[in-house]
Amino acid sequence: MRTIIRVLPVTPAVVLLLLFLAGPIAYCAYIAFTDLQLTGQAEESFIGFENFRTAFGDEAFLNAVWLTLVFTVVSALIGQNTLGLALAALMQRASKPVRTLTGGIVIAAWVLPEVVAGFLLYAFFRREGTLNAILDWLHLPSQNWLFTLPILAVSFANVWRGTAFSMLVYSAALNEIPKEITEAAEVDGAGGWRRMWHITLPMIRRSIGTNLMLITLQTLSVFGLIWVMTRGGPGGKSQTLPLFMYEEAFQKSMIGYGTAVALLLLVVGSLFSAVYLRLLRTEV
Amino acid sequence: MPVRPTAARITIVLTLAAATALTACGSGSGDDPDTVKVSFKQSTDNNIKVMDNFLADIKEEFEKKYPGKKVEFIPIKAPDSEYYTKLQQMLRSPKTAPDLVYEDTFLINSDITSGYLKPLDDYLANWPDWNQFIDTAKEAAKGENGKTYGVPDGTDTRGLWYDKAIFKKAGLPATWQPKTWDDVLDAARTIKEKVPDVTPLNVYTGKPAGEAATMQGFEMLLYGTNDGKTDPLYDSSSKKWIAGSQGFRDALTFVETVYKEKLGPDVSDALDPNFGTRVRGELLPQGKLGIDLDGSWLPQDWLEGSGHEWPQWSQKLGLAAMPTQHGQAPGKVSMSGGWTWAIPDKAANPDLAFDFIKTMQTKANAQKWYVANSGIAVREDVANDPAYAEAQPGIKFFTDLVASTHYRPAYPAYPKVSTAIQEAMEGVTTGDASVEEAAKNYDEELKTATDDQVIEK
Repeated sequence: MRTIIRVLPVTPAVVLLLLFLAGPIAYCAYIAFTDLQLTGQAEESFIGFENFRTAFGDEAFLNAVWLTLVFTVVSALIGQNTLGLALAALMQRASKPVRTLTGGIVIAAWVLPEVVAGFLLYAFFRREGTLNAILDWLHLPSQNWLFTLPILAVSFANVWRGTAFSMLVYSAALNEIPKEITEAAEVDGAGGWRRMWHITLPMIRRSIGTNLMLITLQTLSVFGLIWVMTRGGPGGKSQTLPLFMYEEAFQKSMIGYGTAVALLLLVVGSLFSAVYLRLLRTEV
Repeated sequence: MPVRPTAARITIVLTLAAATALTACGSGSGDDPDTVKVSFKQSTDNNIKVMDNFLADIKEEFEKKYPGKKVEFIPIKAPDSEYYTKLQQMLRSPKTAPDLVYEDTFLINSDITSGYLKPLDDYLANWPDWNQFIDTAKEAAKGENGKTYGVPDGTDTRGLWYDKAIFKKAGLPATWQPKTWDDVLDAARTIKEKVPDVTPLNVYTGKPAGEAATMQGFEMLLYGTNDGKTDPLYDSSSKKWIAGSQGFRDALTFVETVYKEKLGPDVSDALDPNFGTRVRGELLPQGKLGIDLDGSWLPQDWLEGSGHEWPQWSQKLGLAAMPTQHGQAPGKVSMSGGWTWAIPDKAANPDLAFDFIKTMQTKANAQKWYVANSGIAVREDVANDPAYAEAQPGIKFFTDLVASTHYRPAYPAYPKVSTAIQEAMEGVTTGDASVEEAAKNYDEELKTATDDQVIEK
């Protein structure tokens, strides 16, 4: 009786969660095992693991997995993460006006809708774009970046857009470090790098883990930015898993196959998360 | 334990309440018997309102003719490929299916197979105007079961547009009609040499261009490689798709030549998804493109009220038919497609939707539409009307091409085959693949796309 009364208040929330969250996910998981198409098919049928077999035999899929890893490592783990930390550390010492200005600019990039950011960076990288104008002015050779180095161009775009998030997380974490500890280390003669390595980093370790997990998951699902800048091209050279999935599901109408790819993307995301969760669990 | 059932009951009640709330969200105003909901493809260019304006007039006429009835538009503003996707998603459920949709003949068979559309034969039998439609156009909207699923609102043909001023500078003839592919390439080479600051020849290519690459680009070449009678993509006697043909490799070689010799646009421009808009809006009007292999509908962007008015185009541009590969009979080649009005299987008010089609397709309204969107007439009474032929420069040229035109094998696998063609084109355009490699990849893709319904020829 008591358990029932205790459970009762959460029932509506649980029911809604089941309906809106678990329901669609379960349905997606089911579709991934069928050959459902958007058009050109009277009835779908259950085909077991066929979609997954197709995926691992499909060069375009393997290419997309590789590009997704490159994109995530370059733009999130290296780019956003280190740049965010560096900015946060530098801003700790900066004067107030500098701090406000830098913070404002970085956060503006983050506040912009993904599609708008995509257009801005498309305009920056395209052949008649800002970057080439600057290079011309410096008498350096220019090129069509979106065509020659598409995956790096979109990675840069993602760093540009997403760094603010890491910066905010790390700013908060750095503010939490008690001043006495840093001061004590300074008195003991530890230089900047040593303080960073032996005090700051270990103390913000948990924030690093949380931040890495969140930006990885965000980056894995980036679609609009790449779609606007390159549409995954040229020749699939910037086609990460979300774009590959979109093409299979909606342009080639293979909903079943596309959903299977989406499930695999989910697996990639959970692998990354598992690693970070381990990192979080170990106490300093 | 007398309490348990109560708790269970409460849970059930809550579930039901939630379910009811959900259903209520979905149904909306979908079932109003006096409103016909019409979905159409709105131009992604905000300046182009050709269809919006035409439909607004029809709405007015319709609401006057059927008092008490209302027309509600559901415009879908998207590029072609995304329009199809959005439409197919809407057609899946009675809650979202409109009463009337604008369907590309490119996908109509695929959507018929999915059961998305309603056969119109009963309506057409009682509609005298249907006899005015030419047979090839009627075929385009027919399913494999012989039933008709759409009313075509025009067709299109394709050919070569050339810039007379650039031709003059390059020392090429003012009235130009190439006899073979080599003639086209030679003209482009001459332009490249004599007028270096323009793009000599545009052939749409690669996945970003989508169906434009397949139809305006590749198929305009491929269908000119054989005798002009048999289909080089699909073998109708064995009902199989054709792999490994010499014609396929020849067409790829043409594309490769255009981009390897830099006769075409810069590869990075050609693979820009918005390139088609730039060709019509910038390159041609600004005199920066020598020859453009493109569709009959181009002038609709240049009409008055389109935002890119260019009434002088007919003095500045010349028109030539695309020749066959070696000039073999029938000497010229064109491809045709077009759009139809179709009624979804899940439409709430199909009868009213057909009344709307009838209002759109009176002779006068059909003629108005062909002229407004630079379409080619599919009604004999309009085609024979001198007022139509003289309404715009170019109409006669493109209507005459109907005699040597081809329709695509628009079976359910076609969209996937088309993507495979675009990938092959993209490979040779960027230089990532040789013609042999690209053709081999196509053959493999073709097997997957068609469930192995492939024949070597």
